[in-house]
Amino acid sequence: MLRLIVQRLLLLIPLLLGLSVLLFAWVRALPGGPATALLGERATPEAVARINTLYGFDQPIHIQYFKYLGRLLTGDFGVSTRTGRPVLDEFLTRFPATIELTIVALIIAIGIGIPLGYVAARRAGSFIDHSSVVVSLIGVTVPVFFLAFILKYVFAVELGWFPSTGRQDPTMIATHPTNFYVLDGLLTGEWDAAWDALVHLILPGIALGTIPLAIVARMTRAAVSEVQNADYVRTARAKGIRPSRLRGEHILRNSMLPVLTTIGLQVGLLLSGAVLTETVFAFAGIGSFLAEAVFNADYPVMQGFVLMIAIVYALVNLLVDVSYGLIDPRLRRQQ
Amino acid sequence: MRRRATRLAGGVTLVTAAAVALSGCVASERDPEGSGEGSGKSTFVFAASADPGSLDPAFASDGESFRVARQIFEGLVGVEPGTADPAPLLAESWDISEDGLEYTFHLKEGVKFHDDTDFDAEAVCFNFDRWANWTGLAASESLSYYYTHVFGGQGDNGKYDSCEASDAATAVVTLKSPLPELVPALSLPSFSIQSPTALEEFKADEIGGAEDAPELSEYATGHPVGTGPYEFGEWKAGESVTLSAFDGYWGDFGDVQNIVFTVIAEGTARRQALEAGDIDGYDLVAPADVDALKGAGYQVLDRDPFNILYLGMNQAQKPLDDPKVRQAIAHAIDKEALVAAALPEGTEVATQFVPSTVSGYSDDVATYEFDQEKAKELLKEAGQENLEIEFNYPTDVSRPYMPDAAAIYEAISADLEEVGITVKATPEPWSPTYLDTIQGSDKHGLHLLGWTGDYNDTYNFIGTFFGSQSSEWGFDDESLFKSLGDARYAPVDEQEAQYKAANEAVMEFLPGVPLASPVPSLAFTEQVQGYPVSPVQDEVYNVITFTE
Repeated sequence: MLRLIVQRLLLLIPLLLGLSVLLFAWVRALPGGPATALLGERATPEAVARINTLYGFDQPIHIQYFKYLGRLLTGDFGVSTRTGRPVLDEFLTRFPATIELTIVALIIAIGIGIPLGYVAARRAGSFIDHSSVVVSLIGVTVPVFFLAFILKYVFAVELGWFPSTGRQDPTMIATHPTNFYVLDGLLTGEWDAAWDALVHLILPGIALGTIPLAIVARMTRAAVSEVQNADYVRTARAKGIRPSRLRGEHILRNSMLPVLTTIGLQVGLLLSGAVLTETVFAFAGIGSFLAEAVFNADYPVMQGFVLMIAIVYALVNLLVDVSYGLIDPRLRRQQ
Repeated sequence: MRRRATRLAGGVTLVTAAAVALSGCVASERDPEGSGEGSGKSTFVFAASADPGSLDPAFASDGESFRVARQIFEGLVGVEPGTADPAPLLAESWDISEDGLEYTFHLKEGVKFHDDTDFDAEAVCFNFDRWANWTGLAASESLSYYYTHVFGGQGDNGKYDSCEASDAATAVVTLKSPLPELVPALSLPSFSIQSPTALEEFKADEIGGAEDAPELSEYATGHPVGTGPYEFGEWKAGESVTLSAFDGYWGDFGDVQNIVFTVIAEGTARRQALEAGDIDGYDLVAPADVDALKGAGYQVLDRDPFNILYLGMNQAQKPLDDPKVRQAIAHAIDKEALVAAALPEGTEVATQFVPSTVSGYSDDVATYEFDQEKAKELLKEAGQENLEIEFNYPTDVSRPYMPDAAAIYEAISADLEEVGITVKATPEPWSPTYLDTIQGSDKHGLHLLGWTGDYNDTYNFIGTFFGSQSSEWGFDDESLFKSLGDARYAPVDEQEAQYKAANEAVMEFLPGVPLASPVPSLAFTEQVQGYPVSPVQDEVYNVITFTE
């Protein structure tokens, strides 16, 4: 197991190196530059030239890349051209928000997706099965931003049940030792702050969680359908095993392997979906910040954030691989 | 363990469902109608479109930084409420020497900074010297934009000479050469007087980071100290800036004891936050939302126009160098119809390159009335009956002077087609290429652009456009550049006449067609009373009151 983890971590190095080259080339290939974004309508050519010298954009591209790489190795991701703060700080300040949002979305996706898929498979051809197919089709086809917009319009603007924007009521006075607002509220005993932060997570969480929900439901349905007709299930049933044990140990557990892989992949989707959801809900996570960086040609943020998201994505998938062993004892023994 | 998987899943579903159901109860608590606060309300929540760029206004040039800075800081010169005209603020009066080189500011007495430092002539001179002595990154245009533009740069390049505190309440600023726009320019938040103690303590001038990546100072991220009605509380990057009333403020307060600027980048999201009762007001209301908001009982307030939208004509592209062709284009455009079709209600039709609120505005400029027959005749005289012109306009952008560039393009190109001009549309994204094309190359014909003024000074408009040769306009007219330069440095009392003459000369030459001055709008709940709408956005919230 340890060998697997080390192996996978080492593989991360060439992956990130390749990605840094791609990102760097891609960002530099964009027309224009941050100078006009910084200086606005009336930038004189001299001022633009000064900015380009200042940020090193006038140097040959390979020199720029090696300088960039050299700084990356020391953990320096540069400074945002838009906010004047270090990219790493910006990421660390905002990442807890996106983690909270992702967790809520995952809870919704897994908490509803797995039972729904399971019931649909166990009652194949029933009303629940058909509706689960319809629900997952809708989930996969409706664009995230559209869903986010509709949810907000109905439940925040028209009905007023939920707040429309942000992570917490802006007038709320709360302390934030960790920047995970729900957790902060629980740690400091500011219950109303924790509750308020949780309420702010629900609409964006539903918007973000719907697509993974649909995918998890379909995957569970397919896996359970296959497993429940397997020979060992029939044998177990013939042996007169308790139905609850049959469901839990023989069917559900054995169908979870492909579902778990899917969930791991969905985390990447959640991080990218966060760009749209966070923008609609003015939710101060990494997604909305990345979107603004793109609009403002903020190179250091674009490069740094995508790289950090890639690291997170790779680590989550490693975690998923490791957890296979927990579900499937055969894999545990092989390692 | 065995049954836990299904139970856990079920439990999670239940918790989620319970959270959804229970949130209904919380929602009713934050319902604005149900809040029962009435006139007891003391917190004003305003949606900003972005974080401030910096809390140190000397290093800022963007509207969101200024919005926050105006609550925390005051300058020597303020603005007459509701106008763009300079008015006394921390300086109660000032005298200008005959030669225009010496400005004596008589300061308000008994004023304190938020950190209990005295506001006096020493503090004033500390700030002037600070601006003038920046070097390296601090002196770069991206940071000290306004000082560089107004004073011409630091050290020997600049017009600033020295500042003397002749007594605690008198500061004498001496210039190397005249700068008649100094007084209106000092009303910009960039020239706010900041606490010398705090500037030093929190190392305001230490621009950190590497050479190629300037980083904000400690002062600019968390310790701004001024003399204004509100003191800084907290800045949660990407979320909000919180301010609270300063007990020792010399002026009066309305109902606002706390201000929260919450960041909502997207326009529709700002409107929905107002409708959902999450905020008290927001700026940059989309013209399309105005009627709906008014219909739903919200207040929509218009600022007097302090901007200009124009159709530029690049003379490097023939035959736009022919005055007859330019006149024909001017006559072909129905500005009234354009305003009705593509610009917000209340927009003023423009006759020159400054809005009517600016002091050098002239009633005697050459006007080019809408007359398509005349346009056709002029084209015929110029031998350009089958004219084909490239028309550049930006996409993906909404500026105060140009809420919807495509709609404006549509209206104008239809008028031009009407007089026989074939228009070749060249749309380009605003960021990052449009401005590069227009200002950095001569590969454009007609184009849409504009400007929002900084302070009440004609040169700030026409000098910005026509003060020197530029690839935007593609002409080189030394006498025009010189006459604008002369007007800029004319003695203060002769300036207005000279600027009027300059506006008349520009409209005779007709380098472009000034189209309109759209009004930027703000929206508020019914509760908000007395919001101090200002054409130059000098809006300080200590005068706001709340109704029941």
